[in-house]
Amino acid sequence: MRYNEKELQALSRQPAEMAAELGMRGPKKGSVLKRRLVKLVVNFLFYFRTDEAEPVGALLLERCRVIREEPGAFSISFIEDPERKYHFECSSEEQCQEWMEALRRASYEFMRRSLIFYRNEIRKVTGKDPLEQFGISEEARFQLSGLQA
Amino acid sequence: MAPGSPPDPAIAAMKLNERSLAFYATCDAPVDNAGFLYKKGGRHAAYHRRWFVLRGNMLFYFEDAASREPVGVIILEGCTVELVEAAEEFAFAVRFAGTRARTYVLAAESQAAMEGWVKALSRASFDYLRLVVRELEQQLAAVRGGGGMALPQPQSLPSAPAPVPALPLPRRPSALPPKENGCAVWSTEATFRPGPEPPPPPPRRRASAPHGPLDVAPFARLHECYGQEIRALRGQWLSSRVQP
Repeated sequence: MRYNEKELQALSRQPAEMAAELGMRGPKKGSVLKRRLVKLVVNFLFYFRTDEAEPVGALLLERCRVIREEPGAFSISFIEDPERKYHFECSSEEQCQEWMEALRRASYEFMRRSLIFYRNEIRKVTGKDPLEQFGISEEARFQLSGLQA
Repeated sequence: MAPGSPPDPAIAAMKLNERSLAFYATCDAPVDNAGFLYKKGGRHAAYHRRWFVLRGNMLFYFEDAASREPVGVIILEGCTVELVEAAEEFAFAVRFAGTRARTYVLAAESQAAMEGWVKALSRASFDYLRLVVRELEQQLAAVRGGGGMALPQPQSLPSAPAPVPALPLPRRPSALPPKENGCAVWSTEATFRPGPEPPPPPPRRRASAPHGPLDVAPFARLHECYGQEIRALRGQWLSSRVQP
């Protein structure tokens, strides 16, 4: 699949929601744990060799599952292939918890659900649609019908 | 790989979970926009008709509507969406910042389709969504905490806003309606020949963040700012006409 790699690389240089050096192991059998600088930017998780400016790779975090593995470690897999896991090892239980929470909330779809939730809550309290003042109340992407399972 | 650029043997291409991307592209959930668009292959290349699917901040394109896997995807962070002057009717561009950045020129099959796409794409970034969510978060806290029924005035958002024009500007035939507060900007590619036509409308300010359409500064201030810009541009235009 073609994609705009330059822009994705530029995105990896943007301010991150979270960044840390973690142990990372790819999904392939026989993968070895490697130290990587892991950076969460919007709905992408970038991973870098610790001394390099360009990322080795990126994971789009849509339709993913974040699961606790052994203590201090978690994995990311995707709905269509739950056995194919990207493993991450943290330096503490606290760090592990922090990353898991951040990654679970990192997808566009999660953010969209939040918007719809807040919109409805505000409507309930005030009787008004808060999106009207921004001129976006008719946007397809902000309708309840647009929610994924 | 960026299309059209030769692979550098010394640097491996960045890895991306393409299989997951393909599943995200073709899953059953409702999409944010879909339809046929013509996509320009490169600067001097032909247009190819592709089936486009917008989901979140990802713009996928397929060979046709029945294809199981996308040909490619355009990741929509950090871009602006512009109208362009092109040989093709109903053309618009998705433009990224930076040197050697690619500009994607697309063309719709009708005026309505073009406007729909420009609107949808201008609001597609994660960044934009996050801004709106944060704003609503604050509003909800305010209405719950304040105890009143009135909706609080929204705060100015931190990113530099693109002002909504207050004046009826002279328009090109393919302009968007004035209430549009997305990020459509006039393309800088269009050539302007001084003549009997009125001066071109001033370009909308590009937000320093990818999207800043939620400016809610006092109307009078916006009106004044915009008015100053128009006066300055008109002055320039008039003086350029006077030259022998």
